[in-house]
Amino acid sequence: MSADLTDSILYLDAVSVSFDGFRALHDLSFVVGRGELRAIIGPNGAGKTTMMDVVTGKTRPDKGIVIFDGSIDLTTRDEASIAAFGIGRKFQKPTVFDGQTVEDSLLLALEGPRSAFSALFGWRSRVAVEQIIDKLAIIRLGDLRSKLAGSLSHGQKQWLEIGMLLAQNPKLLLVDEPVAGMTDAETEETARLLTSIAGEHAVVVVEHDMSFVRALGCKVTCLHEGSVLAEGTIDSVSANERVIDVYLGR
Amino acid sequence: MIAFFFRKFDRMATGFVILLAAIAILVPVLNLAVPEGSPFHIPTYLVSLWGKYLAFALLAVALDLVWGYCGILSLGHGAFFALGGYAMGMYLMRQIGTRGVYADPVLPDFMVFLNWKELPFTWYFFDHFAYAVVMVVLVPSVLALVFGWFAFRSRVTGVYLSIITQALTYALLLAFFRNDMGFGGNNGLTDFKDILGLSVQAPTTRAALFALTAVFLALGFLVARAIVVSRFGQVLAAIRDAESRTRFLGYRVESYKLLVFVVSAAMAGIAGALYVPQVGIINPSEFAPSNSIEAVIWVAVGGRGTLVGAALGAVLVNFAKTWLTGMLPEFWLYGLGALFILVTLFLPKGIIGALTSRFGRPGDGGAQ
Repeated sequence: MSADLTDSILYLDAVSVSFDGFRALHDLSFVVGRGELRAIIGPNGAGKTTMMDVVTGKTRPDKGIVIFDGSIDLTTRDEASIAAFGIGRKFQKPTVFDGQTVEDSLLLALEGPRSAFSALFGWRSRVAVEQIIDKLAIIRLGDLRSKLAGSLSHGQKQWLEIGMLLAQNPKLLLVDEPVAGMTDAETEETARLLTSIAGEHAVVVVEHDMSFVRALGCKVTCLHEGSVLAEGTIDSVSANERVIDVYLGR
Repeated sequence: MIAFFFRKFDRMATGFVILLAAIAILVPVLNLAVPEGSPFHIPTYLVSLWGKYLAFALLAVALDLVWGYCGILSLGHGAFFALGGYAMGMYLMRQIGTRGVYADPVLPDFMVFLNWKELPFTWYFFDHFAYAVVMVVLVPSVLALVFGWFAFRSRVTGVYLSIITQALTYALLLAFFRNDMGFGGNNGLTDFKDILGLSVQAPTTRAALFALTAVFLALGFLVARAIVVSRFGQVLAAIRDAESRTRFLGYRVESYKLLVFVVSAAMAGIAGALYVPQVGIINPSEFAPSNSIEAVIWVAVGGRGTLVGAALGAVLVNFAKTWLTGMLPEFWLYGLGALFILVTLFLPKGIIGALTSRFGRPGDGGAQ
């Protein structure tokens, strides 16, 4: 267990959360390794989004341990400090700054001082430009850099949001349903994008689209009623009797 | 930051500051130096009336800073305006001295009338102009800091925040109505004589107050503009567009909101302090929730998130109010309501917003 902890980027042990008597998470335990790509699947209400809320500081767990990067206890921190430790989160609904250009959105996300006073009196760094160009290339929005984020298509917004996460340079990215509402071509492109950034960053993807999960080609964790139902390769998980019963259907 | 500030300084902002500088000089000259018979003479009552409009314009700029750029719809900004006004009014009351009806050298008339024997501690030092000026800025800022600290930390947003700002100004309205608060109760503070030893009634003083209001409006505008074009302003717009996204990017949203809210409240307080000597009275009705709502309408009419538009809206709506309440007093509120509905339906970005989206380059007018 301690070997697990020191090798892990994210370590959850017996985490429970209830809302008004509803158990959203129940003794949830799993471990994500450094640079690992992990897919999380499970039926609606399985606790996938609540798990992300707990990790990013939006929700405080009732009990349990959440350790980031082998030593940082996340259960007592707020969103801003958790983001500063190196956890980025993409929302299920693409959430971008409608009034900012693509380039400015990435600039806002770029790793750097975040305090109100530094923003009021600080200078912009020149190095930033190169990093922005680099991120634009990864998310393939280079031609749209001076367009307003609000005018992008659904898929482009999803990529911009992923680009903003990358600009944060996090050690762990949590990505909630990135391909919802995407065309098949966009879905393929997104799978390519996520597999290419794993390794350098650990990536946890919550997704319903099984062909997309298969395209990610990574370890899969299936949640059900707030705890882990099955874990392993996509083939072993999708062959699991209980997974078929509660989630995939016969 | 300075270079960046000027790079983003578009034609509209330049034009606005030049216009304010021009009227700060021209209006006093046309009032004082041009003889009364001349068609170019501006009568003193108009100088004070337009001075009042400019004070309202500064309030509108303060409100636009929080509403247009950070999405904080304050329906209680009139409270900060009135507090600044009361601080100035208290200084003016203590300048009356023995010239009051009861001729008490220290106590203002209403305290003698209430049979009070000594000055309440809240009135100490208000005979010093410098102290009053500090209070004009400090009292609204501290209230905004305490209120904002609780509201933003508890993550009260949207309509709920608007409602509690409304409750804030209403609570102050009720408090200031009470005689034992010691701020003149229902009647408020009036019958002012001097400001810095100059008669508040004198045309020269009125012209000077007008010019000063124009200068402070220009300064307030420049401060607000510097804030919104800085990286800080970019984060404010991000909070307005997607608050939780900004939070998960690692920005401590509540500090940003708190800082801009306090700056805005201080600006509103200064506007109130400039307003009071020009209208000659401050009473609890300035805290009325409807005043704060009217200020929101000025900003909406002129163009939310444009700063210049906020100032323009304040002047236009108040000009219309003066005109219409003179002609058809009972129709003003209907007129105001109709104006708000029409602007929302046909000019959702307000006058300036509509003009820039039709004729302007992107980037003109601040918000895009």
